[in-house]
Amino acid sequence: MRKSDRFLLFLALMLALLEVARLHALHRGRDRAEEVLAMTAMARRLGLTDLSLFTDARYARHPSQADRFAPFQDHPTSLEHFPSGSLVPPPAP
Amino acid sequence: MKRPRPPTWLERQRYLLDFTLSSLGRRKGKNLALAALYTLVVFALASVLLYTQALRSEAMRILEGAPDLVVQRVVAGRHDLIPGDRVERLSKIRGVQEARGRLWGYYYDASARANLTFLVPDRFWGKPGEVVIGEGVARTRLAVPGEPFPVLAADGEVVVLKVRETIPSFSELVSSDLVLLSEPDFRRLFGIPPGLFTDIALTVPNGKEVSTVAAKIRGQMPDTRPITRAEITRTYEAILDWRSGLVVLVLAAALLSFGIVAWDKASGLSADERREIGVLKAIGWDTSEVLAMKVWEGAVISLSAFLAGLLLAYFHVFVTPAPLLAPVLKGWSTIYPEFRLTPVLNPFIVSTLFLLTVVPYTVATVVPAWRAATTDPDEVMRS
Repeated sequence: MRKSDRFLLFLALMLALLEVARLHALHRGRDRAEEVLAMTAMARRLGLTDLSLFTDARYARHPSQADRFAPFQDHPTSLEHFPSGSLVPPPAP
Repeated sequence: MKRPRPPTWLERQRYLLDFTLSSLGRRKGKNLALAALYTLVVFALASVLLYTQALRSEAMRILEGAPDLVVQRVVAGRHDLIPGDRVERLSKIRGVQEARGRLWGYYYDASARANLTFLVPDRFWGKPGEVVIGEGVARTRLAVPGEPFPVLAADGEVVVLKVRETIPSFSELVSSDLVLLSEPDFRRLFGIPPGLFTDIALTVPNGKEVSTVAAKIRGQMPDTRPITRAEITRTYEAILDWRSGLVVLVLAAALLSFGIVAWDKASGLSADERREIGVLKAIGWDTSEVLAMKVWEGAVISLSAFLAGLLLAYFHVFVTPAPLLAPVLKGWSTIYPEFRLTPVLNPFIVSTLFLLTVVPYTVATVVPAWRAATTDPDEVMRS
């Protein structure tokens, strides 16, 4: 087999795998759609405003509800305690 | 004698590709190392891009269920409890369909060293003395339905509640640290007297009226801060941009070093490569053929690395629980939500990555080759 044939076969295999990934995304998306709808319904029923992503500090747990001057809210010039605080920006005014 | 038929364009490209692959094979170690590094860079970039895109789209869909408007009371610049009579006043504002006081708060669980979110649902389906807990709380406290759930109340007494059920694990993205309980239990635990709420959630059916309603509230109750759903989703967009931006910033050092290696490899032709071009020109190749060979060389390495990196990133983010990336993007909490995201693999992401990675490398290989290919073969070989 010529070298170019081998390379083109390799490319075709990679593209086929990419197509498998796309189909996997579609399939998983369909499966997950119901769960996402259920989470949206849960957010509506419980009145949830934030994702449970960062639970280490109150301004990181509910960034959309945090005080405007979070994370420096404990006292003026207080030091930041949590690494998340350096990543979560204070809410926009 | 009949002259052989000249090869077609396609056949010429195949011959060129054959030659390019043999040429790359002569410097196997160097080229394999470059392709591996290239794949790693594409993998890292694609992982960040895929993960944040998926998290962003899922967050936006879930937050469609968030209240249209949340009204907080602010005292001395801090969020404070809001009196219940405001619920009625707010519900009378034109455009507001419903106003309801929400009760929620944080509880630091010293035994698990974790922050839990206690919340009273509008219609709690359990009995007083029962709690419904998120999967993350169950994992951290090793709590199962039917078991006691002791909590230290505001007055220092230990109140023993009972776990009624756990919230289904598929919803961990919103419920991991939740503890749902009845209103009397909440008020007892946190010492909040009746008639006071954490904040008030409003339903405003007409989306166009939300900002007008918020402005009215600010006018009528200057000590409040209305937060619209649009502001909530904007906060999340900002957070995810910020976080992925930070990861990319960390990756920037790796990207830069790859850029230097790639540029050095691609732009500075080695003596061997220059000699090769000289020989090719001397035996009759013209400039366009040398250039086509170099384009193929760049394309072979960058296409292979791009496809391999993208596929590895997809596998990392959507098939495994993104072990390399998730800790940075999720936070550093004790209660860690375990969730699988809806995969996102659209032409926009693929083409962005392609433009960022394949095009610059291919261009970088062509320019120096063009310079060498246009000089006299004798000069090229002697230099």
